[in-house]
Amino acid sequence: MISLTSPVETRAHGWPAGAKLAALCLASTGLFLTDSLGLHLTALALVLVLYAAPGRVFFTAGMRHLRVVLPFVALLAIWHLITAELHAGVLIVLRMVVLVALANLVTMTTRLSEMTDLVHRLTAPLRRLGLPVHLLETAIPLVIRFIPVLVARAETLAEAWRARSRRRPGWRLIFPLMLHALDEADHVGEALRARGGPLGHTRPE
Amino acid sequence: MERDLARIALFAALIAALGLVPQITLGFGVPITAQTLGVMLAGAVLGAWRGAAAAGLLLLLVALGLPLLSGGRGGLGVFVGPTAGFALGFPVAAFATGLFVEHVRLRSAGLTAGLGAVFGGILILYLLGATGLSIVIDKPLAEAFRLVAVFIPGDLLKAVITGLLVQALAQARPQALDWYRGGAAAGARRL
Repeated sequence: MISLTSPVETRAHGWPAGAKLAALCLASTGLFLTDSLGLHLTALALVLVLYAAPGRVFFTAGMRHLRVVLPFVALLAIWHLITAELHAGVLIVLRMVVLVALANLVTMTTRLSEMTDLVHRLTAPLRRLGLPVHLLETAIPLVIRFIPVLVARAETLAEAWRARSRRRPGWRLIFPLMLHALDEADHVGEALRARGGPLGHTRPE
Repeated sequence: MERDLARIALFAALIAALGLVPQITLGFGVPITAQTLGVMLAGAVLGAWRGAAAAGLLLLLVALGLPLLSGGRGGLGVFVGPTAGFALGFPVAAFATGLFVEHVRLRSAGLTAGLGAVFGGILILYLLGATGLSIVIDKPLAEAFRLVAVFIPGDLLKAVITGLLVQALAQARPQALDWYRGGAAAGARRL
C-alpha cells in the first residue's frame, strides 16, 4: 500500500507532525473567519510558493492531487457567472482550493509512521478514560495488510469469471469477496486469540 | 472480542477494496464505484457499532494519508473538500444501516438489509453529504441537495444489491449475521 506522502524529501518532512496539523487547523479556521479577497489571494500565492519550493516533481504531484476539486471549481464558476455574484464566487473557490491544498500539503510531507505516532499520542487521553483505543494498534496494520489481499482476491475472481463468461463481472464478484473477508476474519480472530489477543492489552501505559 | 476486531478490520479493508478494484464498478454507461455499497454492507452485516467502527477505521487510514477512497483519493484534503460530508458520513451511514437491521423485524433478511441501506446509506448519508457540500460551496442546503441528487439512482441500485447480498449471506452463512433471527436458530440447530 503506497501512502500519499511525497517521495521528494522536503524540509517540511522533518517538522513535527503535530505542529503541521495544528498549523493546518489554525489556517483553515482563519480562512473561514475572513471574507477578505486580498487575504485569500495572499493565501493562494503562499500555498503555490510552498508547493513550488521543493521542485517540479513535488509541484506536479501536488497539482495532480488537487484535480479532484476541479469539477466543483467549474460548477461554482458557472453558477456565479449566471448569478453575477463574482466577488462571492471567487472567494468561495479560493477558500475551497486553498483549504484542500493546505491539507494535502500536510499529508504529502508527513510519513505514515509519524501520522500513526501522532494518533497514538492524540488518543492517549481517551485511553486514560478507559476507551479501548489500544485496539487501533492492531486494527490499523490489519487493514493495511488485508487491502492488497482482498484486491488480489477480487482480481482472481474477475479472472475466473472472464474465463467462463463474456459479460462483465460487476457486482456478482462482491458476494464471494465478502464471504472470503468474513472467513478470513474468523481465521485472523482465532490467530489473534492464539497469540494472546490484540496488542497493548497487558502493556503498562 | 478478537473475532469482532478482525471483522471490523476486514470490512474496513473490504470497503477500500470495493472502491479500488476496477472490475467491480457497476456500469450503466457511467461507471459507479462500489465503495458506498461497502459502507452499506458493513452496517447491514456487522450491525450498528461494528459497522460504524469499520467505516471509521477506514476514514482514519485515509486521514493518515492512504489513498483508499474511490478513485485513489486520500489524505487530509478529503476532510475539508466539497465531498467531506459524504466521507465523514460513512460511519454514521453504516451505524444507521446497522440500527435499522437490528431493530426492524421483517420476514426476509434481504429486504431488511435493503431498506436499512436506503435509510442509512442514502437518506442519512445524503443528508450529511449535502450539508457538507452546502457549507464548502456556501450555497443553501436545497441547492446542494439538487447537485448530489443525480447520484441517488446509482445508490438505490447499491441498496438493492446490498439486499441481494445479505439475502444470499443469510442462506450461505446465517451465523455471520448476528441480528438475523433465522441465523440464531440455524446456528442452534447445527449445535
